[in-house]
Amino acid sequence: MAILSKEEAKKILEKVVNFSKADGCSLTLNGADRGNIRYARNSVSTAGEDSNVTLGVQSYFGKKSGAATINEFDDAALEKTVRRAEELAQLAPENSEFMEPLPQQTYLGESKTFSEATAKITPEYRAQAAADSINPAVPKDVTAAGYLQDSRGFSSILNSKGLFAYNKQTSVDFTVTMRTNDGTGSGWAARDLNDISKLNASETSKIAIDKALMSREAKAIEPGKYTVILEPSAGGDLVRLMLNMNARQADEGRSWLSKKGGGTKLGEKIVDERVNIYSDPWNDEVPASPWSGDGQVRKKMDLFKGGVISNLFYDRYWATQKNVAPNPFPGNAIMDGGTTSLEDMIKDTKRGVLVTRFWYIRPVDPQTLLYTGLTRDGTFFIENGKIKHPIKNFRFNESPIIMLNNLEALGKQVRCVTSEGGPGGGGGLLIPYMKIRDFTFSSLSDAV
Amino acid sequence: MKRRDFVQIAGLGLGGMMLPLDMLGNPVPAEALLDSPLTTVQKKQFADAALNTARTNGATYADVRIGRYLNQFITTRENRVQNIVSTESFGVGVRVIAKGTWGFASTNDVSTDGIKKATERAIAIAKANSKFQTEPVRLAPVPGYGEVSWKTPIQKNSFEVPVSEKVELLLGANSGALKNGANFASSNLFQVNEQKYFASTDGSYIDQDVHRIWPTFTVSVIDRASGKFKTRDAMSAPMGMGYEYMIPKNEDKLPGPRGMFLYRNSYDIIEDATIAAKQAKEIISAKSVEPGKYDLVLEPNHLGLTIHESVGHPLELDRILGYEANYAGTSFASLEKLKSGTFNYGSKQVNIIADKTQVGSLGAVGYDDEGVKCKQWDLIKDGILVNFEAIRDQVHILGQNESHGCCYAQSWNDVQFQRMPNVSLAPGKEPYSSAQMIKDVEKGIYIAGRGSYSIDQQRYNFQFGGTTFYEIKNGEVVGMLNDVAYQSNTQEFWNSCVKVCDEKDYRMFGSFFDGKGQPSQVSAVSHGSSTARFNAVNVINTGRTI
Repeated sequence: MAILSKEEAKKILEKVVNFSKADGCSLTLNGADRGNIRYARNSVSTAGEDSNVTLGVQSYFGKKSGAATINEFDDAALEKTVRRAEELAQLAPENSEFMEPLPQQTYLGESKTFSEATAKITPEYRAQAAADSINPAVPKDVTAAGYLQDSRGFSSILNSKGLFAYNKQTSVDFTVTMRTNDGTGSGWAARDLNDISKLNASETSKIAIDKALMSREAKAIEPGKYTVILEPSAGGDLVRLMLNMNARQADEGRSWLSKKGGGTKLGEKIVDERVNIYSDPWNDEVPASPWSGDGQVRKKMDLFKGGVISNLFYDRYWATQKNVAPNPFPGNAIMDGGTTSLEDMIKDTKRGVLVTRFWYIRPVDPQTLLYTGLTRDGTFFIENGKIKHPIKNFRFNESPIIMLNNLEALGKQVRCVTSEGGPGGGGGLLIPYMKIRDFTFSSLSDAV
Repeated sequence: MKRRDFVQIAGLGLGGMMLPLDMLGNPVPAEALLDSPLTTVQKKQFADAALNTARTNGATYADVRIGRYLNQFITTRENRVQNIVSTESFGVGVRVIAKGTWGFASTNDVSTDGIKKATERAIAIAKANSKFQTEPVRLAPVPGYGEVSWKTPIQKNSFEVPVSEKVELLLGANSGALKNGANFASSNLFQVNEQKYFASTDGSYIDQDVHRIWPTFTVSVIDRASGKFKTRDAMSAPMGMGYEYMIPKNEDKLPGPRGMFLYRNSYDIIEDATIAAKQAKEIISAKSVEPGKYDLVLEPNHLGLTIHESVGHPLELDRILGYEANYAGTSFASLEKLKSGTFNYGSKQVNIIADKTQVGSLGAVGYDDEGVKCKQWDLIKDGILVNFEAIRDQVHILGQNESHGCCYAQSWNDVQFQRMPNVSLAPGKEPYSSAQMIKDVEKGIYIAGRGSYSIDQQRYNFQFGGTTFYEIKNGEVVGMLNDVAYQSNTQEFWNSCVKVCDEKDYRMFGSFFDGKGQPSQVSAVSHGSSTARFNAVNVINTGRTI
């Protein structure tokens, strides 16, 4: 029963809300069928599937609330869960920040997050994708390691104030690492999708194979400030770090969005004027749910417009404190691209570095959004408009704010997978190729 | 417990309702955490149902884990409780070898019928995947231990302590920080109990009761005029202990620089939060570090993470073989380097021990998740690489016929695989205190607590920050420093280790969230050491303006 229709979900939730004896309650009903296959050393290592539907009940009395979940759906189990949430609510301390649930909202249309093709994935499909990835590696003297995971599911919410919302979604994440058997070259490619019919495991794997072969016997160049061309996965991994635009932290003075002397940087120009980043649940490439987890309406929203911070995210409690409208965390982020092709970016670079992806990115200073991390799986030196040779990996210390002030050119947008797995932070991420000057590489790494 | 669930529970998640996730387990009243739903007799009957089903369906090996995973999390902020969540997750995982291939399936239907069906699914998966098998699974032998049990040697079960008492302690820590100049203070207490019953076709029936605890806080100080903010995190460590860790004892308190305290086997959260607020205020106006080479004096609650990343991970055999190539990466520590018997990982002062039995550590259990009795073994001896970390199906690759006993699954519904044991730096043999070590340093930095960390996919190049930094000049601590991070290369760094303090200074660092695998699983692990000195390490300045 992993994927319930809108009507089936509503029927169960209405039954549950009728069991409530509390001042009110909020319910969630979510389900998913998930599958995965993992391979390494040119052989499948693990494969699995799981399926689950879970009901969550949050009951409240005044400002005291309690929560319970269950994955059984007979009437007795449903009622028991409501009673358990109510018992926990009675025992809980008062939370002065508790907000009563929202009334019915008007959402701005059906989402595009579900794909029939993805919903039909079978274990045989996954095994074939693994074979399609491994097979081209073997004759090239390359070893494949990869992972494909897919999910089809639904989310629904209903509360005692009459709000109901439903969305169904599918997702596919495919990542593959190809390493040359002499251990001197490594390449990576990835796809993050809603619709499996857009995945070509063989083509994606061939990109990783080419990168592995091209990156053999890398040479060391001096660390320092370089012009970089960031493939979308690399750029996206840094851009997403700017997108936790929490208003409360900013107001409290403990965020890069806090202003000297008090207040926030909302409305200030902070990066290059060509930087436009926005959220749009109906974007075809990175569709998102039209409602947030607590039932708020999601709409198209500017995050950075002409380099200016256009919006901060206010939860419902903080919005009441600041007398503003609540603004939920978005479900995706899209950065406008430009017209410069990758080839032209390379052609126009006198001395620079082409980066496939970054790895092990960790915060260094939250005040300046300084992060450190390394290049990985395909880093190349550009000289006089041409890729000259592969280079050893670099460690960087850089802030995405500084990076986007040093923007040189923007190219085509691509949907990104983040370097440590899964889709972009906060949902799908659509990021262009970027050319950046003065990017700070602080040391060399021998890692392949 | 999974990291994303922790993030959600701890209120760090973004958007959405604060409902616990099913992956973590179902919320239960706190009293329910003391129930015991099945006797060992019942567990044995269920386990035998799985093992018999596996045998009759063609499995050449099978193991079954009946797991009950209990968690309680308390999160507070300033003077209020944000969340109290008690959860339970109960189910069975069955792993088999059929046609020379692993298969795994799990179910939350803990009945004879449910377990039989899961076993049949595991066998079907093994048979299906055998088509892609190039090397049949080869297991190192393990004796059948019969019916045995093991329990974390706790003195006070934290689930028996009333929630109100724990809340009072956390709010006391927040209050201590706020009274001493903090603008914000949040504190959390995480308690974990894994009740694991393991049985295998080798003839073992192992009942284990594993406890862990982790108190922590973050104190923030804000200077509105300059727009600066600084945080100071707790100097506690997650431990394989009961609530006794929360009851401070004088003998566990070690003096650090400038009135700071460091803690061993018990922790004073109120005292630490009070000191933290004062330190955070001092950090705001501390001097920004001059980049260059410094002798580093690294205390155990800092050094633990460096050990974890630069020794613990590179010596995992599955990673060396390429099984993690698409995610965590591979390793510079090759089979050839081990076989050479001459690879100088570190200086002669560096003795690194793997240990799944160390009392109070997060990784301590009697038996691992494939029924191997746990032990201690050397990884680096007098600076030379001497062994890796391996489990039953890979240890033969090292020419060894005994598993190291470091197999673990984060829950009953995840398949077990090789995980890092506790990996620790042995204390120096000669009497030598951290105070003496500081006295011997001319130009250096003393670093306490964990901070930023990043290392490449083969574990060569790393960069670490810390919680607090003190400048050492001519044998004296002269003040706090800001914007410090050090960069090095694993082999170069461990060869720059010139001195390790004696066992009186020995303490453990720990992490609840060592991540590995796809789908990713977390594992809890400790790293012990005494304060150690590393000469001429490259320190960078991380200060920027945006």
